[in-house]
Amino acid sequence: MAWFRKDKPPLKAPPEKRVQTEGLWVKCESCKQIVWKGDLEGNLQCCPKCGYHFKMTAPERLAMLFDGGHYTEHDAGLASSDPLGFHDTKAYRDRLKQAQNQTGMKDALATGEGRIEDRPAIVCAMEFRFIGGSMGAVVGEKITRAIDRAIAGKLPLIVVSCSGGARMMEGAISLMQMAKISAGLARLDEAGQPFISVLTDPTTGGVTASYAMLGDLNIAEPGALIGFAGPRVIEQTIRQKLPEGFQRAEFLLEHGMLDAIVPRKELKGYLARTLGLLSRS
Amino acid sequence: MARPAPQPDPAVDIEKQIATLEAGSPSEADREEIERLRGQLEILRRTPGAKPSGDAWEQVLIARHPNRPYTLDFIHALFTDFTELHGDRRFADDPALIGGLARFEGRPVAVVGHQKGRDTEQRVKRNFGMPNPEGYRKALRLMKLAEKFRLPVVCLVDTPGAYPGKGAEERGQAEAIAYNLKEIPKIRTPIVVVVHGEGGSGGALAIAIGDRVLMLENAIYSVIAPESCSSILWRDWNHKQEAARALKLTARDLHGFGLVDTIVPEPAGGAHTDPPGAAANLKAAISAALGALTPLSMDNLISLRHERLRKLATFVIE
Repeated sequence: MAWFRKDKPPLKAPPEKRVQTEGLWVKCESCKQIVWKGDLEGNLQCCPKCGYHFKMTAPERLAMLFDGGHYTEHDAGLASSDPLGFHDTKAYRDRLKQAQNQTGMKDALATGEGRIEDRPAIVCAMEFRFIGGSMGAVVGEKITRAIDRAIAGKLPLIVVSCSGGARMMEGAISLMQMAKISAGLARLDEAGQPFISVLTDPTTGGVTASYAMLGDLNIAEPGALIGFAGPRVIEQTIRQKLPEGFQRAEFLLEHGMLDAIVPRKELKGYLARTLGLLSRS
Repeated sequence: MARPAPQPDPAVDIEKQIATLEAGSPSEADREEIERLRGQLEILRRTPGAKPSGDAWEQVLIARHPNRPYTLDFIHALFTDFTELHGDRRFADDPALIGGLARFEGRPVAVVGHQKGRDTEQRVKRNFGMPNPEGYRKALRLMKLAEKFRLPVVCLVDTPGAYPGKGAEERGQAEAIAYNLKEIPKIRTPIVVVVHGEGGSGGALAIAIGDRVLMLENAIYSVIAPESCSSILWRDWNHKQEAARALKLTARDLHGFGLVDTIVPEPAGGAHTDPPGAAANLKAAISAALGALTPLSMDNLISLRHERLRKLATFVIE
């Protein structure tokens, strides 16, 4: 025998009345404040409250650096041939297609030629959304072609890195891109053209251990994680917690690995000024 | 071939190490180490002299075989008058990456290479063959010394990778590797690279740029260890065999991609079953490589080296 009887049906939640806000707001990873995306876009993807630097897409980066956002893109059609026929839980070909659909790019780097405060320059920008900005044969070839163009056209080269390192799915071929690009930079040295490496969050692995550390100037955005091994791997190896700020841009500056830390708002002006100082008269 | 003190039974030693690690509460790193040790046990328990099947995972096990000849074993077998030179002139000497002067078939040469340790004490001293930045800086210093005296350089590659440690990061592990990759292509003297054990990613590549790249039949060369690849892409350690196959890291694969010029045959069963036999084959291959490079003019040598690096490309244009 029931002590209580339900005379009325239980209350139901009213039908969905909430305003759809998903995609319009993001939480800042640094200050945890909620930021309107429109504010971020108007502020070079930096948090208006604490200045935290969000990742930029490669096209955003090129548009930000070149005068009026105008540039000519080079080698946009280069795509991976999946040289290993690589499969893990998913076929590499499918991962590529997915990344291509998501970014509208063929691979993890875009090369633009244009003017920075009226100085002609070539800029390569890495795209983190494309398989973690990883470097395979296409990234290697595009940077090397950018070096070739810089030598032929007597132009300065800037590479904005944002990458987890070499791309596993292209095996030793990815690894060899480190050698190919670095040897290309040796030729750029001989040609006397400047190379400025801009390291953004994150730049690790084979990218750091090749071109990202080989700039005539190595400059980084504030707070960027920069290293050879990832912090988790180091902690597992040495069996200790790493101190706060380890492998951040400020740490690298202190240890002599960087020329400067330049906030994004000042980046274009900094590049224009230093390219002016590095030009041969 | 010169060998360190005879091994009692490496399998017993390895079983003990596994037991010790499992007794505590194993961390992520411990589990990786246990996996590595289990792999070694697996290969030690095989019938000696059994012909390798050619499976990629088996190649990984042979390349890491605890009785496989290491760099110093090959140095003593291939060269005379070996004189080790130490230090990077900046911070320290790195016992994981050694180098010096020697004679090859009577002719003075410079030699650099990763050095692993065979017993526990040596393994710790050699940091498991994982160099710090000092090692890479010393290697470049010795190559520049060789250039000054027009001595050919022989690079012996055998490392799990560059050391992922705190001090290594502070002192610029990435910069040290990167700088070698830019400077070695300019060195005006012939360079012959031999991948004889593990070619572990950037830590191997930093001394593996040259005019000829030789690879021992059972050596491996990879952008990442199969265990780490398994843990990243499959999200656990149990797919290392599949990862090894997927990574295409055997000598035959690398030769197929055009990244390696010559595969140096090993005695049946692998180099660890007959180290002097392996050394003899390698000696003949180095001799042939140096013979082909010596007549080239320096300008020609350098431009061929750059061409070789420039051609490392595979892509499609859509």
